[in-house]
Amino acid sequence: MKKLINDPADVVSEALLGMAAAHPDRLRVDHDHKIVYRAAGPREGKVGLVSGGGSGHEPMHGGFVGTGMLDAACAGEVFTSPVPDQMMAATKAVDGGAGVLHIVKNYTGDVMNFEMAAELAAADAGTEVKSVVTDDDVAVQDSLYTAGRRGVGVTVLLEKIVGAAAEEGRSLQECADLATQVNRAGRSMGMALTSCTVPSAGRPTFDLAEDEMEIGIGIHGEPGRERKPLAPAKDIAAMLVEPVLSDLGLSRGDGVIAFVNGMGGTPLIELYLMYHEVSQLLEGAGVSVARSLVGNYITSLEMAGCSVTLLRADDETVRLWDAPVNTPGLRWGA
Amino acid sequence: MADLQSFQGWMADYAEVVKEQADYLTDLDRAIGDADHGINMARGTVKVAALAEAEDFASSEAYLKKVGMTLVSTVGGASGPLYGTFFLRLAGPLAGVADAGVEEVGAALRAGVDGILARGKAELEDKTMYDAWAPALDAYATATADGADLRGALEAAAAASARGRDDTLDLVARKGRASYLGERSRGHIDPGATSTTLLLESAARTLA
Repeated sequence: MKKLINDPADVVSEALLGMAAAHPDRLRVDHDHKIVYRAAGPREGKVGLVSGGGSGHEPMHGGFVGTGMLDAACAGEVFTSPVPDQMMAATKAVDGGAGVLHIVKNYTGDVMNFEMAAELAAADAGTEVKSVVTDDDVAVQDSLYTAGRRGVGVTVLLEKIVGAAAEEGRSLQECADLATQVNRAGRSMGMALTSCTVPSAGRPTFDLAEDEMEIGIGIHGEPGRERKPLAPAKDIAAMLVEPVLSDLGLSRGDGVIAFVNGMGGTPLIELYLMYHEVSQLLEGAGVSVARSLVGNYITSLEMAGCSVTLLRADDETVRLWDAPVNTPGLRWGA
Repeated sequence: MADLQSFQGWMADYAEVVKEQADYLTDLDRAIGDADHGINMARGTVKVAALAEAEDFASSEAYLKKVGMTLVSTVGGASGPLYGTFFLRLAGPLAGVADAGVEEVGAALRAGVDGILARGKAELEDKTMYDAWAPALDAYATATADGADLRGALEAAAAASARGRDDTLDLVARKGRASYLGERSRGHIDPGATSTTLLLESAARTLA
């Protein structure tokens, strides 16, 4: 294992020390609870947005805390859900009197821990909490026989869009409804060229030969649905875009936000090359791109590979997308 | 009979076992999950083992509740809420019981496993820890009906749990992260079922 670390056990806490040191103007970090907050604290009357999950997906979620996006992010160990104590503390701290929305990616551990936090918060009284669970990964069959689709790329877009709505003063119910609507309007599909190494495990989560790729991966170094021989980017783009297009039921004339996300170990030059292939495919399908996002936003440590997320976007979605955002991971208009 | 001291001995023993088996549990999880089960369980059980030193507990019930909360707060993932809920519920039937016999421990185990079901919503043969718990409860009940004492019932439960764990090898996962693999989850033993069997084997050594 070659990593820029001191001790595998300290990776998360030392990374949070670095985030606090790098962004004192925007972030405040509760190091005991491993929670990233906005430096300015909660705003009276604004719905608080709390997310969180395992670490190793940076900049998500801590890097999306700030004006126009999240109010707090709870960091778990690498690829391990945070615990209810953290979500409870974050929920209380960001409540500006208008309630708190939990944004949870659909993984068994995340869902159970957020559920326990919501139960404890209800028993504790005081803060009104609603939750939205993202599950946009078309690689996973959504059936009674799986844990359901995973929450991946749409989570980033949702945190931005619902963050803008909360900033405008919408109610908790309105924010929760919008979040549900955004989740339903987006789908993703990912692939890996390499595995990744969880620092405390010390070796790659799975083995992938030099001439192989894994299609339908998630963001935790878990193997995907199928292993295939490595193919040109053009063919890989088709393997990712087509299932998303058909699952979303997109047709000629529809507009989307198109998001090509890097898994952490793939350079931007390749992500832009992929974006070109994706945009060609969308043009061929008659789908127009209203906005795009290209880069490493929801990663899987140093895994090489990418995912494609398409979000059906009407004018209102685009307006909220364009609203000012000022976070370490995403910034425009502010 | 199981009293506060034996429950504390159970947790000390389990922490040792998890420490020894942590790499093995993580390896099992690497095959069909995300390679952290041993690491997470070791982090939590070390904290649990330290409770007896750090605090005086008035009863088995109070101690086991604290064990549950500690696991919920330290393990993370799905195992934290599942094992945490198990111990929180296990404590219930032991309220006011200083020395628990085979009947009381049986009621507590059933309550704990009901908690796991409520939290995880797993069914038999979903390839989860429940596949190790369900046969254990059955064997415990049968042994009790046959007149076994606490040790005998726990030994029967641990042995049945081990068979349930081994039977997860051929199952296709329908819950948890392994379910994303579909058919590819077949041929691997479930890590949660494995840590469950270790917990019951540890109980058979320490609680009677």
